[in-house]
Amino acid sequence: MKINKKQETRNKRQEIDIDYVAKLANLDLSGEEKKVFGKQLPQILGYINQIKQVKTPSTGLPFSVATTQSVMREDKVGKSLSQKETLSNATSTKNGQFATKGIFENEDI
Amino acid sequence: MSDITSLTLVETLSALNSKEFSKKELNDAYLKRIGQIDPLLNSYLYVNRDSDKIPAAIKDIITVSGMQMTCGSKILDGYITPYNATVIEKLMTKDISFIGKTNMDEFAMGSSGENSAYGATKNPWDITKVPGGSSSGSAAAVAADLCTFALGTDTGGSIRQPASLCGVVGLKPSYGRVSRYGAQAMGSSLDQIGPITKTVSDARLVLEWISDGDLFDSNAEKTIFTSKKRLSDLKGLKIGVVQLNENKSDAGLDLSVLKTMEDAYKKLSELGAEIKEIVMPSFKYSIETYYSIMLSEVSSNLARFDGVRFGKSRSEFGLESKRRIILGTFALSSGYFDDYFVKASHIRSKIKKDFVKAFVEEKCDVIVGPVSPTVAWTIGEKVDNPLAMYLSDVYTVPASLAGIPGLSVPCGFSDGLPVGLQILGKYMDEETILNVGEVYELATKWHKRKPDL
Repeated sequence: MKINKKQETRNKRQEIDIDYVAKLANLDLSGEEKKVFGKQLPQILGYINQIKQVKTPSTGLPFSVATTQSVMREDKVGKSLSQKETLSNATSTKNGQFATKGIFENEDI
Repeated sequence: MSDITSLTLVETLSALNSKEFSKKELNDAYLKRIGQIDPLLNSYLYVNRDSDKIPAAIKDIITVSGMQMTCGSKILDGYITPYNATVIEKLMTKDISFIGKTNMDEFAMGSSGENSAYGATKNPWDITKVPGGSSSGSAAAVAADLCTFALGTDTGGSIRQPASLCGVVGLKPSYGRVSRYGAQAMGSSLDQIGPITKTVSDARLVLEWISDGDLFDSNAEKTIFTSKKRLSDLKGLKIGVVQLNENKSDAGLDLSVLKTMEDAYKKLSELGAEIKEIVMPSFKYSIETYYSIMLSEVSSNLARFDGVRFGKSRSEFGLESKRRIILGTFALSSGYFDDYFVKASHIRSKIKKDFVKAFVEEKCDVIVGPVSPTVAWTIGEKVDNPLAMYLSDVYTVPASLAGIPGLSVPCGFSDGLPVGLQILGKYMDEETILNVGEVYELATKWHKRKPDL
């Protein structure tokens, strides 16, 4: 998946470049979906962009909902899934492992 | 024993205890009713005919070992869960079995139940109307007496809003009250699992059962919720009512819902509470703040669906999931993180401060208001207008952003459709919202009304 520089610049300048963002999100959109989103997404973003009008501090830590800190468990072996259970929903397995497409060019399963 | 299924959870436990019927008779009654009624409603995606204890319905985004979990999506069609969520393990120690997995908006994204890849759920009060969402099947199943109680998940209102639209009780616990291990994450700084029940007492009991710390969810607090005292009236309690904002956030509030709210406030006052009008200036930004944060977290959480370890290809995502992934990816893309996620997190602090002011400075014990600006709308009405759908979350998202608990309790009807009263409380103070809800419920008995099915 190649992202070209031209698209990156376009995305920064414009409201939303759907082709570019779809690539980043690893989604293949159909022509029809692109058409629908092309109409709807700027409208939704227009609404969301209203947050820019709100005055907020430019420094300081933003809100965090979590109240727990540095949660560590004891270094002890606990119950976990067996190899068979772990692989039970995989599309493709090889030698007891998940099999995926190669991440380098010309590398097959 | 034709009315076994109309019993509440507390009544069912008591009847089983005094041997009025057996667990087999209990399950047979519910399975029979599911067979008769559910074809109309489509509230279940899977029915477990081997249920042999107290039958609960589980939103199909929570793992039950050996059962399917679709999250309402085609991407997980055929996925069989190899493990139990923590809440499921905890319920199993309380003699609960799981009668089925309930329908929902895909990956909990929707306010109407229509985003399910397996067909919309219908509202038991009027099958031409939506049941709300995203815990659409859980709310419809409780309202139609198709289970003793159900579990849902709430990120921006997904327990409270369908409970309101279906005329049942829904509790979103405080962030961190219940372990989320085994629930597919949507917005990790917002998500909570909670009960949808026939009464407030039932919700209280289920929260006692499922709350606790958990090594598998580091945000879960290590405390089990236990009720200390129940109230017979509301004397000495101060209840905040948020002043209407004429400019924006209350723009969509239906007049008949407003009238029902005013009657509810009057009732709370008659029951002894002091009603105080409060101002929450940051509420008007809550929708755009919520969507900035939630969309970003969604795009990140749904990145795990790569078709390798489980699930099918990403092209199987439904339209709403794709829409939110694209928007969230955009919000997190280079140059935009500060404009959306960080900015929204700062506004989130302001919303939290508004609540602190109301609870601490103004000494409110709870804050009440509507759950939904309207009653259940007609199926199909908002499907082509996602922004209109998003705006229907206006009254539920502030509590989600602040991490505080919220309860939806039936408070009347408008055009034959249920209206819910939302009761918000201090962080980790589910006790007070449940107490207020229970006193109100016992004094009004709206929960006794059942849909004509």
